[in-house]
Amino acid sequence: MLDRQYIGHRLQPYSVPVEAGRLRFFAKAVGEPNPIYRDEAAARLAGHPSLPVPPTFLFCLEMESPDPGEMRRLLGVDIARILHGEQRFTYHAMAHAGDVLTFEQRIADLYDKKGGALEFIVRETRVSNQRGEHVADLHCVTVVRNG
Amino acid sequence: MKLQSIQPGIQPGETLPPFTTEPISRHLLAMYLGASGDLNPIHVDIDFARKAGMPDVFAHGMLSMAWLGRLLVNWVPQERIRDFGVRFTAITQLGERITCSGTVTEVFEADGERRARLSIQTANEQGQVKLSGDAVVALS
Repeated sequence: MLDRQYIGHRLQPYSVPVEAGRLRFFAKAVGEPNPIYRDEAAARLAGHPSLPVPPTFLFCLEMESPDPGEMRRLLGVDIARILHGEQRFTYHAMAHAGDVLTFEQRIADLYDKKGGALEFIVRETRVSNQRGEHVADLHCVTVVRNG
Repeated sequence: MKLQSIQPGIQPGETLPPFTTEPISRHLLAMYLGASGDLNPIHVDIDFARKAGMPDVFAHGMLSMAWLGRLLVNWVPQERIRDFGVRFTAITQLGERITCSGTVTEVFEADGERRARLSIQTANEQGQVKLSGDAVVALS
């Protein structure tokens, strides 16, 4: 059973630089055809200071934590037993290559269904940039398969 | 900021231009592992997946969500997306071709903007829904 005492627990905040090369590789992997996601000149023509961080890439940057296993270790969860249940992004400002984003993660809820056969971890993450601007809020539900 | 012009007449029922992916390959999942930084071996290592009780590796849910992100930014410039969320309702399997689609469900005003709420989903060729969600975009 996930220890409910961790509801409300805040993980160690961390900052991640947004690298243009990572954004290009991501655009290639997901087949994004729009050149503003790979070509600096196209991005500038579209009014961006540099390559924009695409809509779901904040989740990837969130995984760049210096201790990506912190939450799983704290809760005693095996990576082989987890599935992604839900993901939501609420956007407040664009992020671009060259930004340094800070991630503040909090375990917002822990609950179970089916008599504990499935447990759920709800994580809320606030993302801000190097100017202190609020970039986005991420809401992630992880499902733990027990038994 | 140069913004794509959005027709003022957008109404509920309007659909976003859909697209269908190539069949999901192991190579694509390896690419996505590197590109996303999601190092969970369950998506690329069949030995690990079998030990975890799965018949084979399977696609990252966030790969499909990235495709839905493509669906959205093909319709509106990204800076107009206010909210974007999904539930992962079924596992996306190797070999499946995934169709991404979306429909306007509501046009409303909020925070001084005209906004559209969209229903979005991914599904395989049999129509089985894999990701189901919603997004809110600013129209003006």
